Order: sequence, then C-alpha cells, then structure tokens
Amino acid sequence: MDLLNAIVAFANFVMLPAVAYGSQLALGALGVTMIYGILRFSNFAHGDTMAFGAMATILGTWWLQAMGVSLGPLPTALLALPAGIAATAVLVLLTDRLVYRFYREQKSAPVILVIVSMGVMFVTNGLVRFVIGVDEQRFADGARFIITAREFKELTGLKEGLAIKSTAMLTVVVAIIVVALLFWFLNRTRTGKSMRAFSDNEDLALLSGISPERVVMFTWIIVAALATIAGVLYGLDKSFKPFNYFQLLLPIFASAIVGGLGNPIGAIAGGFVIAFSEVTITYAFKKVAGYLIPAWEPQGLVQLLSTDYKFAVSFALLIVVLLFRPTGLFRGKAL
Amino acid sequence: MSDPFLIGDSLSGGYGRGVDILHSCTISVNEGEIAVIVGPNGAGKSTAMKAVFGMLDLHEGSVKLGGEDISHLSPQDRVAKGMAFVPQNSNTFTSLTVEENLEMGAFLRRDDISGTLAQVYELFPVLKEKRRQTAGELSGGQRQQVAVGRALMTQPRVLMLDEPTAGVSPVVMDELFDRIIEVARTGISILMVEQNARQALEIADRGYVMVQGQNAFTDTGEALLADPEVRRSFLGG
Repeated sequence: MDLLNAIVAFANFVMLPAVAYGSQLALGALGVTMIYGILRFSNFAHGDTMAFGAMATILGTWWLQAMGVSLGPLPTALLALPAGIAATAVLVLLTDRLVYRFYREQKSAPVILVIVSMGVMFVTNGLVRFVIGVDEQRFADGARFIITAREFKELTGLKEGLAIKSTAMLTVVVAIIVVALLFWFLNRTRTGKSMRAFSDNEDLALLSGISPERVVMFTWIIVAALATIAGVLYGLDKSFKPFNYFQLLLPIFASAIVGGLGNPIGAIAGGFVIAFSEVTITYAFKKVAGYLIPAWEPQGLVQLLSTDYKFAVSFALLIVVLLFRPTGLFRGKAL
Repeated sequence: MSDPFLIGDSLSGGYGRGVDILHSCTISVNEGEIAVIVGPNGAGKSTAMKAVFGMLDLHEGSVKLGGEDISHLSPQDRVAKGMAFVPQNSNTFTSLTVEENLEMGAFLRRDDISGTLAQVYELFPVLKEKRRQTAGELSGGQRQQVAVGRALMTQPRVLMLDEPTAGVSPVVMDELFDRIIEVARTGISILMVEQNARQALEIADRGYVMVQGQNAFTDTGEALLADPEVRRSFLGG
C-alpha cells in the first residue's frame, strides 16, 4: 500500500507535470531545430515568437468569450488557435522579408544571424508587452480537471491523490497530434521532402531545382504553427506572462541541443530529458521517501535543488552534452 | 558539320574576381554522344565543365544549348532547360532514402515520374534493392549510382558528370562506364570530367585534353588514344 502511495505521489508531482512540460518543450525545440536545420542559425527570437503566438491566441479567445462562444469542457483557446497561428505566420514571414532575407542574400555567417535574431527577439518582446502588457493573463476556461485528487482518493482508497489537469492532458494529446502531422509532412509530402533535402545538402537541392525561398517560407509557417501551439499550451497549463516565454528560451535550446540540433526526433527526446531532469531534481521527495522508508524521518525536504534554480538544471545538462557529445543524443549537427 | 548540341565556345573566366582559370577553352558535345575532358591535375577540367553549367563568371565566350544562347542563365535555370549536373563531392542527400533522392531529382517535374523511376532502377538494379535505405549508408560506388540516378530523374538532354569514378574500385568503375554508355544510347548527351583518362577516352566519342585552362588536343577518343604525343604526355606511354 505504501509503495502504491509512493508511486501515486511520484506520478502526481513528477511524472505528469514533466510529461506536460516535456511536450511543451518538445514543440518549442522542434521549432528551434527546424530553423537551425534549414535556415542554419539559432533563432533566439523563438521564445518571444511563442509569446506572440500565445498573445494573438489569447486576444482571439477573449473575443470569442465575449461573444459567448465556448467549447464546453475544452478551452476556448483551441478555437482561437488557427487565428493565432495565422497572425504569427504573418509576423515571422514579415520579419523574414524585412530582416532575415537581407542577411541570407549577403550569405552572412550564422553567428551574425544569431545576433540578428536577438534583435528580432527584443522587438517581438517589446511588441508583445506593448499589446498585452507585462502582467500575468489568464485565459483558460472549460473543465480544470479530468480527475481531481479527492475523486482519485475516493475511487482507489489510497491516501495519495492523483490529479490529472485537463490542460496537461490536452497538452500531451495536442503535442502527439502535432508531432505526427509534422513527421507525416516531412516524410511523405513533396514539400516536406524538399525541406529535408534542403537541410541535408543545400547546393544539391539547388541543382535539383528546389526553390530556396519556397523552402524558407514553408519553414517559417511551420515554425509559426509550432511556436504558437507550444506557447498556447504552456500558457494554458501554467499561465501567460511574457517574461516566462523569454525564460523558456534556455530549456528549449537545451532540449534542441541535447537531442541534436537539426534532428526533429532529437528535439522531442531532448524536450523530455530536460523536463524530467528539471522536475525530478527540483522536486521535494520527502513525501515519497516517507512512504518508501517509513523508519526514516528526514530533516529537510529531500530536495536536490530549490525550484528557484530550475534553469540551472537545463544549463548544466547543456554544458555536459556539449562537452561530451557535442552532436547531441541523436547525432544532429555539431555546433 | 552541324552545330553541336551543347557548346561552350571560347570560354574565358574564373571564380569571382579572381584570375582567369580558363583561357579561350571550347567544349562541345553532340546529341547522344559522350564527350570526355581529361588532363593533368589543376588543368581546369572541372572548371571548364562548371563554366558550361554556369557556375563560373565568364569574361568571354558563350554557352549554347540546342542553338539557344544560355550564357546568362543561372545553374538552376539551366536545369530547367534540360541540363543535369552531378558534382564530384556531396552529390547525394545522405539523410534521405535512395528513393527520396531520386524523387528530389524530379522535383521540377509535375508529370508522373514512375516511368523514369523504373528506368533508373532498371539501369541500377542495386538501387531498387536499397531504395528504402538512406543514401549515407551506401558504398561509394552505390552512392555514385544514386547521384547519377538523381540527375537522370530530371529527364535531362545533357548529363554532366564531374569525376564520376573518383574513389571507386576499378570493377565498379568499369560498371559505371558501362551504365554511362547505356545512358548515352538513350539519346542523352554526356559530358564528363575524368581522372582515369585511358578508360574514359575508350568510351568517348569526343575527347578534350586540357592543359593550363586551354584546349591542348581535341579529337575523337580513339584518335587521342592513338596519338603518340598524347600518350607520352598524359597516358603514361
């Protein structure tokens, strides 16, 4: 019984949050990895692109809510999502046309594009704060839980409860659908294959008549969709605050690099590696330990690292991977 | 004699603003024939071919395909005109499967490509066997077949090969040459640069010996092989 309680407590406080967070990171890292693979630079503006997408979706959600539209148990934000994606696609395509294309034509070094993307990051950052403000915004509606801790306890008779947040479940389901669609697109469609070919060997892609501008355009549209979905899911699950998205940049890059930059499967794996490490290392294991070793009464919280330091986890993992396996777990491109 | 199908006429030029590498060099190939460029290292063989394909800044001379002046077209536009180029290095998409490589070759085509795909598989049966493997997993010779197959998928009128047998074993080289002859028999003109001068000239309708960016000898492959001066200087006796 105690073992079961320990497992339930672990699932409730570590597994489920990490799976949801990992899905959000994976979607973010997929966007970063696609830009890296095809446009060949690390896009520092990605976190703020997510914020912009989430913001656009929130504005749409508020409008829908004001009109009295709702999706029942599902959050209304899902309805506003396509509009959010469209707005973000317009933003990134415009940015590409106004900023990145110039540097592409100059054949600028990737490091210059990284700095350029930082400029774009600050502008997007400012734009989002200008429109929606710096404060936290709530836009989640619909059912909050699929099963609450109390219901679970009554159902199983265990001392520990397992609460499944509907937003966490939604995150995982949406992430699975999005990833499946993305892989189908990349592996089965002509355009998707041409994007992989372009990423693999740009010169040969040109010799085959693949149009670089078309590939770049599709990449940005897909990245806008990934960023918006990731941003909205993160906002629904936690809450929306522009600064949080800026901070997400580190774990997202860590995910993409740990998995192997330019490799989509790596980005997903990296997302979960980072999420599980972060949550496990900052979780206070006192309760779980209490069930497993009843005789032991620990003085502290049995917590390896305070949650305030959660970003240190991704940073440390990032450095370890770069030191010992610079191409990442799934053999992406070396930095 | 009628005009050749593809001709790079008295080409002079180099890369960017650098010095000229080619000096009034002329390369041509007739329909369905094999033309081979040979010569010592650094003679500008590959450069001459790249000039014909538009990857070089020409100062003088012109390139004509089927009577049409294409000197000012970009390499991509020349692909659309029916020229296919197989570079010497990184000439496959290593992370894509063999079949995807071939599909990418046919990227510009909007019609049904299954017929051409079948032809390529007929020409290179080993590729059909390995069509689900990624090109990066193949041997050097098989990868060259993928590269040639990819180029053939555009249904080109001219196929340009930059040292197709570099780094493959003699047996594989002979087989590749056999395939190249087969391709030429289907009416596709072939222009290639080769290190293995003797074997290449044996299959060549037309041979160009280049030295220091200029045409040194031009004749049929047979005649060049028989020419004592060419033999002494370039074929090792």
